[in-house]
Amino acid sequence: MQHRLVVASLMPPAVIDRARSEFDALVAQGPDDITGEEVLQAVLAHQAEALLITSTVKLNKALIDKIPDRVRIAATSSVGFDHIDVPAARAHDLIVTNTPEVLTNATADLAFMLILNACRRAHEYDAIMRQGWRRRFGQGDMLGIEVFGKTLGILGMGRIGRAVAQRARGFGMKVVYSNRTQLPPELEQGAQYFSSLHEMLPACQILTLHAPASAHTQAIINKETISLLPKGAVIVNTSRGALINEDALIEALQSGHLFAAGLDVFHNEPNYDLRFSTLPNVFLTPHMGSATVETRNAMGFRALDNIAAVLAGRPAMDPLWT
Amino acid sequence: MSKPILLITRRLPPAVEARAVRDYEARLNPEDTPVTGADIIRKAEGAQAILCCPAERLDAETIRALPPTVKVISTFSVGYDHIDLEAARAREIVVCHTPDVLSVATAETGILLMLAAARRAGEGERMVRAGKWTGWTPTQLIGTQVSGRRLGVFGMGRIGREVARMASGGFGMAIHYRNNNRLPPDLERNATYHSSDDTFLRVCDFLSLNAPGSGPTYHWLNAERIAKLPPGAVVINTARGTLIDDEALIAALRSGHVAAAGLDVYEGEPNINPGYLDLENVVLLPHLGSATRETRDAMGHLALDGIDAVLAGRVPPSRIA
Repeated sequence: MQHRLVVASLMPPAVIDRARSEFDALVAQGPDDITGEEVLQAVLAHQAEALLITSTVKLNKALIDKIPDRVRIAATSSVGFDHIDVPAARAHDLIVTNTPEVLTNATADLAFMLILNACRRAHEYDAIMRQGWRRRFGQGDMLGIEVFGKTLGILGMGRIGRAVAQRARGFGMKVVYSNRTQLPPELEQGAQYFSSLHEMLPACQILTLHAPASAHTQAIINKETISLLPKGAVIVNTSRGALINEDALIEALQSGHLFAAGLDVFHNEPNYDLRFSTLPNVFLTPHMGSATVETRNAMGFRALDNIAAVLAGRPAMDPLWT
Repeated sequence: MSKPILLITRRLPPAVEARAVRDYEARLNPEDTPVTGADIIRKAEGAQAILCCPAERLDAETIRALPPTVKVISTFSVGYDHIDLEAARAREIVVCHTPDVLSVATAETGILLMLAAARRAGEGERMVRAGKWTGWTPTQLIGTQVSGRRLGVFGMGRIGREVARMASGGFGMAIHYRNNNRLPPDLERNATYHSSDDTFLRVCDFLSLNAPGSGPTYHWLNAERIAKLPPGAVVINTARGTLIDDEALIAALRSGHVAAAGLDVYEGEPNINPGYLDLENVVLLPHLGSATRETRDAMGHLALDGIDAVLAGRVPPSRIA
């Protein structure tokens, strides 16, 4: 007999196919992800033993308290788990898993894309084209910053930070990083460690953020830390919007202290600060760090692997706690 | 001794103009007004050197009419189609250009276009900026992975090799290339050479065009060759617009056989094929592949190096004629 699963979020076709073939799966139908109340109804009606979600489904205490004990695992197809009340889940012995590792390359690719797009003024260039071009530029006009050979600062040298460092080496960049602890040489790969972010910032011509949101990293990029960057620096964020004080960032982009920024995440998503949309020197993407077919499939498959393991009585591969 | 007179036809980056003013009695064009051959002849009165740009036509007639004081013309460009070299030789005027220094900036633009096209960055940017972002969903704007895939480089010259190095070293891509000749091992590195278009096109998840666009490569990427690309391939062009049959590429972008394209150069630019403008799955740049401060400064300094050398009686770097 197949185990009963509720797929509460919209997933890629390949993931839904596998969920249907390996489980007795109730799959939410679009156009939108279902609400917390609908999740509960589906879990009860289907007598589910497992739940597959993404960050759009808020697994808060009120919902977790109502989920029957029959549900043994909630697998989120994401790295972040801000949308899950972990203490409440632990109190109910509900195993929660995420999908680290599988989105490292896609996110690092997008971070490097934002570095290039911000430095080379891709938004302005695109706007020129969409308006029909039809004008000439002098040899000194509309110049960007070359990425090759610059010094790249990485805040947070986990898997994604290290993957960005690898891409930077292909561009002859010097890599410096700030992290809670220094990495061993085989992971450091020649990058220079700074125990103090404040001491690293003056060296960063480009700064990219790869730290999780926490009390320590909350608004870690603010008026003071931005002022420590050299004039004309570029900031890229593909981690969490909460790391940046957006007022300070907008001010520095307007004053010219910062040359440009590339942002995939914002303090308030999707209702991000619309002042960004009026700035020519930002490149904005809608939280699409992991948005490739290959990666979204791999994330969904990893979530299904975790569910299959737990329901078969084996340990989860990616539990949020052990 | 007074400084020699140098005519600079257009506005150049500040660092280059500063050096010119320091070393020469420099005649600048702060308004950046376009100049004709007749303007150059007039403005060069008494000048020893001219630093020109690709937009100016220095044809035989213009060169013959230049003041006798002119010893050197240095162009702020790699290309020199705009200068009549025979006429310059006849007048014993040395001509210099600025090769090599654009390779990195242009290759960087190629990687930018590859990432942006594959990851649907243009669509994402326009959606967010227009305030139309209604929320994240797991299936929104799903693109195609770049790292670890196969990149085909058509034309393995300096820029093609630089693209290969960035894609291989930075993004772990497997490099395939099509070229007139196979490269020696030190230049080929770990890239796979293809002596035929057929075997080459079949492996191009990503195709980067880095060949000259005249002669045998005119409209090289046509409907027949596009059909041989794997479904969902991504096409990048930072070389010359004439390499592509635009109608064929636009049709393939509409059908989805080519998932996306990133273009910096176009046939007939700046009046590009309007078919591109309605497509969401293209990332378009206005031929600014080398437009970085670093590269434009390096081009200006190399052009001035040529002038310095000729006027000091030395052999200039990057002499064409």
